[in-house]
Amino acid sequence: MFDFIVGHYAYWFVFILMAIGLYGMIIKCNLVKKLIGMSIFQVSIILFYVAGANKWGATVPVADPALGTADPAKYINPLPHTLMLTAIVVGVATMGVALALVITIYKRYKSLDETRLLEQMRKEDDTE
Amino acid sequence: MRTYRPNPIVSLVSRLVSPFIVMFALYVIFHGHYSPGGGFQGGTLIAAALILIRLSEGNEAAQLQFPRSWGTPLGSLGVLIYFGTGLATVLMGGRFLDYSVLHLSHHVSMSRSYGILMVEIGVGLAVTAILVSIFDNLLEGNPDV
Amino acid sequence: MILSNSPALVPLSLLLAAIVIPMAAFRRRWLAYPLALCASAFATGISVVNIIRVLTEGTIHYHFGGWIPPIGIEYVLDPLSSFVTLVVNAVSLMVLVHARRSVAAELPDKSMPFYAVVMLMLTGFNGIILTGDFFNLYVFLEISSLALYGMIAVGGRKSPIAAFRYLIMGTVGGSFYLLGVGFIYMTTGSLNMADVARIAPSLHQQPALVAALGLMITGLGIKMAIFPLHGWLPDAYTYAPSASSALIAPVGAKVGVYAIIRVIFYVFGVEFVRNSLPITEILAWLGAIAIIYGSIQAIAQKEMKRMLAYSSVAQIGYIGLGIGLANPYGIIGAVLHVMNHALMKACLFLVAGNYRLKLGHSTIPRLDHRVRRRMPWTTAAFTIGALSMVGVPPTVGFFSKWYLALGTIQNGRWLFLTALLVSSLLNAVYFFRILEKVYMKPLEGEAADDGSVSLDEAPASMLVPTLVLGIALLLLGLLNAVIVTGIISRIVPPGM
Repeated sequence: MFDFIVGHYAYWFVFILMAIGLYGMIIKCNLVKKLIGMSIFQVSIILFYVAGANKWGATVPVADPALGTADPAKYINPLPHTLMLTAIVVGVATMGVALALVITIYKRYKSLDETRLLEQMRKEDDTE
Repeated sequence: MRTYRPNPIVSLVSRLVSPFIVMFALYVIFHGHYSPGGGFQGGTLIAAALILIRLSEGNEAAQLQFPRSWGTPLGSLGVLIYFGTGLATVLMGGRFLDYSVLHLSHHVSMSRSYGILMVEIGVGLAVTAILVSIFDNLLEGNPDV
Repeated sequence: MILSNSPALVPLSLLLAAIVIPMAAFRRRWLAYPLALCASAFATGISVVNIIRVLTEGTIHYHFGGWIPPIGIEYVLDPLSSFVTLVVNAVSLMVLVHARRSVAAELPDKSMPFYAVVMLMLTGFNGIILTGDFFNLYVFLEISSLALYGMIAVGGRKSPIAAFRYLIMGTVGGSFYLLGVGFIYMTTGSLNMADVARIAPSLHQQPALVAALGLMITGLGIKMAIFPLHGWLPDAYTYAPSASSALIAPVGAKVGVYAIIRVIFYVFGVEFVRNSLPITEILAWLGAIAIIYGSIQAIAQKEMKRMLAYSSVAQIGYIGLGIGLANPYGIIGAVLHVMNHALMKACLFLVAGNYRLKLGHSTIPRLDHRVRRRMPWTTAAFTIGALSMVGVPPTVGFFSKWYLALGTIQNGRWLFLTALLVSSLLNAVYFFRILEKVYMKPLEGEAADDGSVSLDEAPASMLVPTLVLGIALLLLGLLNAVIVTGIISRIVPPGM
């Protein structure tokens, strides 16, 4: 039981971060806070991959002449790190698009509160 | 960013540091294919150097260094370099992005290494231009005085 | 060279157009549309070549960069992927022909970025369908999603809010899918779909693998807009510009459907899914609920695009029901409905675009018989589309519902059969009230038919695609048996 919690502490942190991110995205009303939640959520998944790439007693995956290149167990797995580079870029691009949308919404509606924006949208729908 | 007030210390330090950031970024780009680094990381660093000048000297003055209108065309050019490398491999008879048919070197592995290097340069250019253009677009319509 | 690289050429030609349009149209604005149209036509041609290759040679694997899978990324051309790419590209080509006047009217100064973003979206869709690697699917999924957010946001006043809500939900979906891929990589050590399909049975339902399946289905379900996860769809389809809705609605949710079919039937296999999580059962129930819910909500709408959006929720429910039944008839019905719904929705959204251009609105209470006198051909295309949605033979809509009904009978699920039949009636309600408004004469006392409304049809570049799609609904219905026996019967996964 102790090993289940402390031995896998990296994964526990990942899921706590994921829960915080989802809470931010769903419960918070302010659009910018939703974006912060989204960013935390994406970062938690990146941390999951990086945590999963680790090996006991292994070092950075740069070829070390002292260790040699024969035994792959001496270097941590670099593939999830490469995959997460792409995921980070996707996160940056999504954040860029989302911030541009937030700025446009603010210019048009002068409010960033989601409940007020939805009310305003439904009112404009009915008067059309 | 509503009013821009010039500050001599910030201005001096950022103008001093920015070229070194670009130098380090070029180092990161060119070592990306066999050690930590790469196109995206280096591109972000160059973009950070350019945005640093925008923040410290004011948006209008920084347009002299990297105009707003360069963003999208340079970004497309970067992706076109990437795509062009792949297209060159197809035209030489291999699969898309099969660098070994490019014959840039006698050894197949060195040929692949140079192929990835060309792709990284394209990616670095694209990322730089696009990140600076995102910054410019978010500030559009809010000129600082 | 074209033939040997043909699987990769489909997304690559569209990507080349997406890159070249901002550079070429920087100085000459008018270049954007012809480049986009050429790339789309080229991609459709290559998709036809792909289908012919698959039917003659069998499944084709294309290794990117010369690296052999499972180390390298590969594109897989089998009957399912080549069929869906052909549907996506052909329907998008038709809509792009229509889009020129629509975009010029609604987005006059943004046409160059719009076409570049459309090309990126089509690259993403084709990449999702053709790829045989999990992480590559995520990359193309996010490319297409970002393009979709952009396309929706350039509409009128309310579209940024709709795009923002779609962004939040879409990112959650993509991230859940990515987490599922992470679980698969940690347990099987491979990211290639065929490789994981080989390794998965020997792992005997490890909890991580089952969790991966659940997470991936949830993530892809958000993209597919299956019932409780459909919240982004009505606003996004309604407030987007007409050309965007016509491009997104027929094919946008279908790539999620395609990915779910791949993951459930080809990678994990029905046996694995049945022994671990009752996913097919849940999908079937959610599909049935979506059918009824979508149809009822569509009846309540006053604006045509919103009604078509809720109708899309119902149609995606049909496809979900077909997947959930997990028998050959169900899968044939689901894949046939992918094609049919793409054609029907494209035709109907093009009609809505024509109405918006010529009448200035597409609200239903304001339509009357003058519309029919003014735009007879468009209304005729709408009639064929409506009959097809209801499921009247010999239009295509009838045949996919027929196969789905056969699938429910084969499993003995009478409740689902009832849902199918009731939904056809509900579809009839909300389509025929529009037909009644435009075709029947008004009551005495209302504006009499004084013959002063002249023929003012939509321009040819908008009318021809609408009519071509309408005629295709009839033709492909009559040729339905050829399509099913030729291609779709080969899609039924092995072991069924």
